[in-house]
Amino acid sequence: MTDDLSTPTAPDGAGTVTPGPAPAGSTERKELTVPQGMRHARIHGLGGYRPERVVTNEEIVQFIDSSDEWIQQRSGIVTRRFAREDETVIDMSEPAARQAMAQAGVSPEQIGVVIMATVSHPYQTPAAAPMLAHRLGIPNPAAFDISAACAGYCHAISLANDMVRAGTTDYVLVLGVEKLSDFTDKYDRGSAFIFGDGAGAAVVGVSDYPGIGPTLWGSLGDKADVITQREAWTDLRPQMEDPGREDGIPWPSFVMQGQAVFRWAVFSMAPVAVEAVRAAGLTPDDLDAFVPHQANMRITDAMIKALGLPEHVPVARDIAETGNTSAASIPLAMSRMLDEGEAPHGGVALQIGFGAGLVYAAQVVLMP
Amino acid sequence: MALSEQEILEGLAEIVNEETGLEPEEVQMDKSFTEDLDIDSLSMMTIVVNAEDKFGVRIPDDEVKNLTHVRDAVTYIASNQG
Repeated sequence: MTDDLSTPTAPDGAGTVTPGPAPAGSTERKELTVPQGMRHARIHGLGGYRPERVVTNEEIVQFIDSSDEWIQQRSGIVTRRFAREDETVIDMSEPAARQAMAQAGVSPEQIGVVIMATVSHPYQTPAAAPMLAHRLGIPNPAAFDISAACAGYCHAISLANDMVRAGTTDYVLVLGVEKLSDFTDKYDRGSAFIFGDGAGAAVVGVSDYPGIGPTLWGSLGDKADVITQREAWTDLRPQMEDPGREDGIPWPSFVMQGQAVFRWAVFSMAPVAVEAVRAAGLTPDDLDAFVPHQANMRITDAMIKALGLPEHVPVARDIAETGNTSAASIPLAMSRMLDEGEAPHGGVALQIGFGAGLVYAAQVVLMP
Repeated sequence: MALSEQEILEGLAEIVNEETGLEPEEVQMDKSFTEDLDIDSLSMMTIVVNAEDKFGVRIPDDEVKNLTHVRDAVTYIASNQG
């Protein structure tokens, strides 16, 4: 017997927008094929991992003016776990994920998306999720991290629920994982005793009945300072790059193996782009614009060739004046094409993003 | 049937010609891809991928940096062709 969770239904007229007059340069709307939506989803399995080392309040109070009693009184915390110095959020996630997958009875091949909610993966890029997926033997999933701090897991469950219900994928592996010991000031009396390390995992998948109710979520950006990473990474740069410091380490700039990236971007992404067009029920001839991530003009040129893109399809070349702006490049380039009349409003665009992870995503969209 | 080094050289010259416009006869065993033929690292990758298709070999990213001269590429393909 399961409780029947209510799921949102759109009130009459909700989600519909009265169309305004078509902008100049508009074209006739083409029909896109999309997955049939609104199935049910539930959590099929859970897993957890706690690092071995138990840290007592006695150990914590060596560095702050406090006591075991004070900590217990203020927080109820008696012990917490700290990961080993060499133990990463990915290391911690692996056993948790394996446990969740085993409990769900789901094989790596069945998982289509991996979402890691974490704020303590110590690399700005690449995300942790692709590396975890690789370790788990999940073949070529969409894999990405999200940053929503202590609400990260519930955000990820909501995304996973929506993806499964909409038919985007059948199974999503969700991780909530933190190694907060790496980001805790052990001399800060207000927080040193609070944080610990660990990983939790869930497999969200298709279901005959609803298992995840509507998510209520929100944010208060005006209170951004009440829980925060104290310094921005960029504040550290002057000290880190001071050549006078013997213990100085280089600023962790993004670096890239250009040749390897070029090969992957051109020769592995071209078939993905072709497939995205086919999946939408269209052919390359139907395209009104090709908007690849503005990585490098050479990649774009080689991709066009590898794609066999019809000559009549205009190609975004915003990189010439904007450079590679990573996640911003596709919307910037598309806006320019529309503004300059190079692509028609209402037309079909093929867009593809690819980058550190390595990760990629491509889809056909109707341009606004 | 395995191709001879001469046949591989000719096939490679065609690929180089297609990518760069260089005359096939300029692609000789003792030429350096970068110094003599003026082929940059990204064009080299395209040549590598097309050579993989043409000769049925796998040339890993790490191997590409060792292929400085035409001879290196021909030898690698000859000893790894399927």
